[in-house]
Amino acid sequence: MTRTITLRVNGKEHTVEVPVQRLLIDCLRYDLGLTGTKEGCSVGVCGACTVLMNGEMISSCLTLAILADGAELRTVEGLAQEDGTLSPVQQAFIDHGGFQCGICTPGMVTAATALLEANSQPNEDDIKEWMMGNLCRCTGYYKIIASIKAAAAQLRGEAVS
Amino acid sequence: MNPFAYHTPETQEEALALLHEHGDNAKLMAGGTALVIMMKQRLVVPETLISLHRLRGLTAVQETNGSLQLGALLTHRAAETAPLVRAHLPVLAETYRRVATVRIRNVATVGGALAHADPNQDPPVTLLALDAQVQLASVGGSRTVPLTDFFSDYYETVLRPDELLTAIRVPIPPPHTGSAHIKFLPRTADDYATVGVAATVQVDPATGTCQDCRIALGSVGSTPLRAQQAEAVVRGQRLTPELLREVGAVAQQQTDPISDTRGSADYKRAMAGVFVRRALEQAWQQAQATPS
Repeated sequence: MTRTITLRVNGKEHTVEVPVQRLLIDCLRYDLGLTGTKEGCSVGVCGACTVLMNGEMISSCLTLAILADGAELRTVEGLAQEDGTLSPVQQAFIDHGGFQCGICTPGMVTAATALLEANSQPNEDDIKEWMMGNLCRCTGYYKIIASIKAAAAQLRGEAVS
Repeated sequence: MNPFAYHTPETQEEALALLHEHGDNAKLMAGGTALVIMMKQRLVVPETLISLHRLRGLTAVQETNGSLQLGALLTHRAAETAPLVRAHLPVLAETYRRVATVRIRNVATVGGALAHADPNQDPPVTLLALDAQVQLASVGGSRTVPLTDFFSDYYETVLRPDELLTAIRVPIPPPHTGSAHIKFLPRTADDYATVGVAATVQVDPATGTCQDCRIALGSVGSTPLRAQQAEAVVRGQRLTPELLREVGAVAQQQTDPISDTRGSADYKRAMAGVFVRRALEQAWQQAQATPS
């Protein structure tokens, strides 16, 4: 059993025929070739598969692709500018050591982007509560928090040390 | 995951007609955070999946006749941030805020979580202590069921195959009432609790005695539990360390936990007593501190 669905991903419209039981993460990775989004735990705990659907972060491993029919999606591939200039969050992860082995990074920067769109002045507790669902097994959480604080400051137009 | 026939009703009437037609062969999906995992593991293999994500309505929070009514398709995130919930039922807003993570709360619905009937989840515990009721609808009409009568076993409720849970109704507590939900999380903040306890206490401001009390527990039985024998011990009494110890001891006798990675059955039972004591004390102190 298949369905034809239309989704806008990073501003571009795609129409694909998918089996009804296809997961959104598999649709993104294998039907659309967007392999930036990673699969970790497959049960919604680790956050590696975080994408934004209609502006809200979700686990693409717990979402059926057919549910995204008509939806607006943003993935890690859509964060940088078209010329390749990294977004402030991505650049801050590199500058402040939030980018480590890399497996959690797509989910981390996508979740952090959603945080800064919802709250431009998060304090450390806000960051910890929001990012609690994104696990890093390099255990470099301090640098990830520092990266998000730096990105927030830059987005607010403040000087970054 | 196995394939399935797929429907996306846009109204409650359409959803109920589909349920009437497919009955036991159909599964309703709201947020899907629990169901999709069960389908991936083939614990649930529905012939027909009825997704409610296009259904209009059932997402409102309304204040009527001294109660708050939460539409069943409200997400946990919407419930935790709703001004009416925060103002009238802060303990419920806080309980929702501490479920899993923001990413899950963005999707998981308040009605779906009750219909899922996982005895390890937190909101049913707080809703039991708040004396909530659920509204169930079918093509034949609707009925109201007190949450105390709703859960029947692990992942089982009194919902009939053709019924949809449409709303949760929670009475706004009377003055001089305190409430608390606390959970024991020895591992991580987004884990299931070893034990969770919610308590509400209404105190007579003149005498300091308990007029009414409800205590509920999660993760220590096949369903979320009301500790009614423990509640009976509290009514009419004043808050003393001896009373708290007695209530904890009576409540833990009502539990029937299983041993798992979150603790042995004996340990969970002992912690149930401790957490009943702490939740009750916290609720009681809040009741006494309430000015009006």
